[in-house]
Amino acid sequence: MPTFWLVVFVFALAALGFLAGRARALHSAGGNARDLHSLPNYYGANVLLTTLVPALLVLGLWLMIQPSVVQYRVSGMIPEQAIPENSTLGLVMMDVHQVAAGLDLAVDEGALTEQEAGTIRTEFTDLRARLGELGVALGSDVRPEVLQAAQRYRAIDASGHRNMVIVVTLLALAGLGFSWQHTNKDFRARNVVEQGIYALLVLAALLAILTTIGIVLSMFFESISFFKLHSWTDFFFGGTWAPNFRGDSELSILPLLWGTLYISFIALLVAVPVGLFAAVYLSEYANGHVRAFAKPLLEILAGIPTIVYGLFALLTVGPALVSVFGNGPEGLLGVDWMSGATSVLTAGLVMGIMLIPFVSSLSDDIINAVPQTMRDGSLGLGATKSETVRQVVLPAALPGIVGAILLAASRAIGETMIVVMGAGAIAKFSLNPLESMTTITTRIVSQLTGDTDFASAETLVAFALGITLFVLTLGLNVLALYIVRKYREQYE
Amino acid sequence: MTDISQNGSTPRKHGETLMKLTARTKRRNAAERRFQAYGIAAIAAGLLMLAILVVNIVGNGYGAFTQTFVTLDVTLDAAKLDKKGQRNLDDIKKVSTFGYAPLIQKAIEAKVAALGVKTDLKPKDMAALLSKGAPAQLRDYVLEHPDAIGKTLSFRFLANSRVDGYLKGRVTRHSIENDKNISVPQLDLTDQLVKAGVIEKTFNSEFILGSDASDQRPEAAGIGTSMLGSLFMMLVVLALSLPIGVAASIFLEEFAPKAWWTDVIEVNISNLAAVPSIVFGILGLAVFINYMNQPMSAPLVGGLVLTLMTLPTIIISTRAALKAVPPSIRDAALGVGASKMQAVFHHVLPLAAPGILTGTIIGLAQALGETAPLLLIGMVGFIASNPPDSLAAGLMEPNSAMPAQIYEWAKRADPAFYERAWGGIIILLVFLVTMNTLAVILRRRFERRW
Repeated sequence: MPTFWLVVFVFALAALGFLAGRARALHSAGGNARDLHSLPNYYGANVLLTTLVPALLVLGLWLMIQPSVVQYRVSGMIPEQAIPENSTLGLVMMDVHQVAAGLDLAVDEGALTEQEAGTIRTEFTDLRARLGELGVALGSDVRPEVLQAAQRYRAIDASGHRNMVIVVTLLALAGLGFSWQHTNKDFRARNVVEQGIYALLVLAALLAILTTIGIVLSMFFESISFFKLHSWTDFFFGGTWAPNFRGDSELSILPLLWGTLYISFIALLVAVPVGLFAAVYLSEYANGHVRAFAKPLLEILAGIPTIVYGLFALLTVGPALVSVFGNGPEGLLGVDWMSGATSVLTAGLVMGIMLIPFVSSLSDDIINAVPQTMRDGSLGLGATKSETVRQVVLPAALPGIVGAILLAASRAIGETMIVVMGAGAIAKFSLNPLESMTTITTRIVSQLTGDTDFASAETLVAFALGITLFVLTLGLNVLALYIVRKYREQYE
Repeated sequence: MTDISQNGSTPRKHGETLMKLTARTKRRNAAERRFQAYGIAAIAAGLLMLAILVVNIVGNGYGAFTQTFVTLDVTLDAAKLDKKGQRNLDDIKKVSTFGYAPLIQKAIEAKVAALGVKTDLKPKDMAALLSKGAPAQLRDYVLEHPDAIGKTLSFRFLANSRVDGYLKGRVTRHSIENDKNISVPQLDLTDQLVKAGVIEKTFNSEFILGSDASDQRPEAAGIGTSMLGSLFMMLVVLALSLPIGVAASIFLEEFAPKAWWTDVIEVNISNLAAVPSIVFGILGLAVFINYMNQPMSAPLVGGLVLTLMTLPTIIISTRAALKAVPPSIRDAALGVGASKMQAVFHHVLPLAAPGILTGTIIGLAQALGETAPLLLIGMVGFIASNPPDSLAAGLMEPNSAMPAQIYEWAKRADPAFYERAWGGIIILLVFLVTMNTLAVILRRRFERRW
């Protein structure tokens, strides 16, 4: 039974249980709902929850754990000498997965019977050709031990799935039977159901923590295996980024960090003055109409997907910059400083546009939070409005504005699509904003797309980059929130 | 203001009129006007950028919604397509697209001759005005209607992307000097055929509804299939993030005891909202694909990743909506004997529903436009050529998504794809604008001020 139908079955059983529980409670009270401890629906809900929740929880856990159990048991049967030179257990296991998937497909398409798929031998059949006919391309001929492992893999996987179906079904039935049995007019159904719902609410809230743990752990373990393959001193203190898929690559984060910070700096150079002046004008000068018109329009800039900005950088801003700074004598300035559309300036400018509303909205809120009495005092002393803003309001709002800028910076560092499309792919230390440079996020994308081999340092480095990025942005956020919170306390 | 005596300006003498401005007042007023001008300039700059962006998108993208078609009368020669003459489908299938190409060449040659257009081009070069997919289109038709063999029928073929670009002004006689896909005589012929009405540019519904095509045929690429991929992802996101998000918010807002672990959850959620989206992609790759062996490029995995990413947004807006419901509602419910759970689920939640809905729609819109995590779970680089045929296939079979498809087109070498990418962005933005408008309308319509 496919998992989908199993879920449908459990839900159907639960719905049935609801009706049965409700009916049984009413029956035990002789049809008079007033004799019940709780409302009739609570008895139904009790049966529903005891049928549904344990079964689905076990199902979810099973689905999460089974792959690693199967993996462990199958990889145990691949002998050391079956792993070819220059290969690893991980690579062999990937072959096994592929062959197993191919066999699955062959059974689905009817090219092999289940029986044949379990007993087929490479000695007698050209499996690669047969799978090739079905559109499963295998990189090399199937070796006997790989085929055996694949067959074993399928067998364990199938039996695991069978056991899962049995356990989940039994659990659902047991839950149904147990709670149905306990349903009578004195059963305190509401209290039990409310406790159950409370537990579910807690579970949902804990999922947020689970996500964080998932993020940290998934990157942490892969980073550890990266640092086993590659020296950490080179990663943190080396000066060159030169991945080489034949091995022996130099993977240092420093040039990437430089590119990231440089692009973010240019973005902030655009976004901070524009955003800040816009915020000041909107909160101090603009009348209601201008505000109601301009503020939402500026905020549209924040709602535009980053892929749009990426395309804008790649196809519009980049070529426009080239026509100004590049193209030699034909260009606008007659110089040849820029060769391609991708550059630090391209990505920085476009990212700056994206960040304008971040800076302006946050600063606007903070400027509005400065008490009116401070403005009145300054104006009463004869200061002009701009003097008031510059010498009273902005200094009072400064911590909050710094917080807003830090949030924008964290956003800039983690931004992916604009730099993937607009910044280029060359890792280097350079001050020239017209050259293309690369960033942490760009490298994560390029190391993890396409054919990835989770046993090579060149792929695993992406996780080390990812965890660095995570720590960096998280640090900036915590700092920003700390500064903002500290500021708020001053006037409340 | 201690600078009165410092900067050398003469202070106002005793008894002098206030109406006459001193040099210093003038300077201060000028500074005031300058400061205001900076503010206006900043807002104008922001709005200008928005305007440039919109004009750019529309200007570059509207072309994708029209396409150039060539109408030809093709004789489906029985001698070529079905040599045995038995209309046996297996025999007809043996004729590959190469067998259909000469029919099209003949058809265009005949058309050119009938119109009396003078050209030195060989029939093969004339047929190059058509899309490379034209023979396949003809073959598909014949396989579907085997009894059409032997007849002469009128077909509407896609024109080659270069011809299409020529009609749209993207390709010019000057720009094709080094292009070996098309020549000046072919463009001359195109001019003649346009005059004769054989080649025409019309609305292209295939761009909105169709599937992606290989990078040889930009003229045939459409965004429809990846739109379905996005739809399935959004279904997953909605089905998971709405219940989980609402449950988490109810707990945090209504039930959470003041304890260290609830504080941890709160801090955690606000920090998750600021984690770069690419990190969620790494999580998806490591956990769902690498560990749990879910298929690459499947909308289910994309949906799961986007769910985790959208959850904080939904939780934050749901909590705001719950907080806006005044405590008197809860007190009244508790006062007439409802349990805490009943008060929340029967009274607070329905009153907060419009706010929750608005937040959910905005979260979904954000998820719909997100690209970076999809790059890592393999929804890019995949040619979404076949629309899924069932719910399970839609969830589990590899597909693309709208933003991933746009990125894919932007990466391809042929500039004809850029027009598609901009056109795709128009469609994506139409969705986003619709969703956000819906959210605003919901808020306006149902928002209650207490």
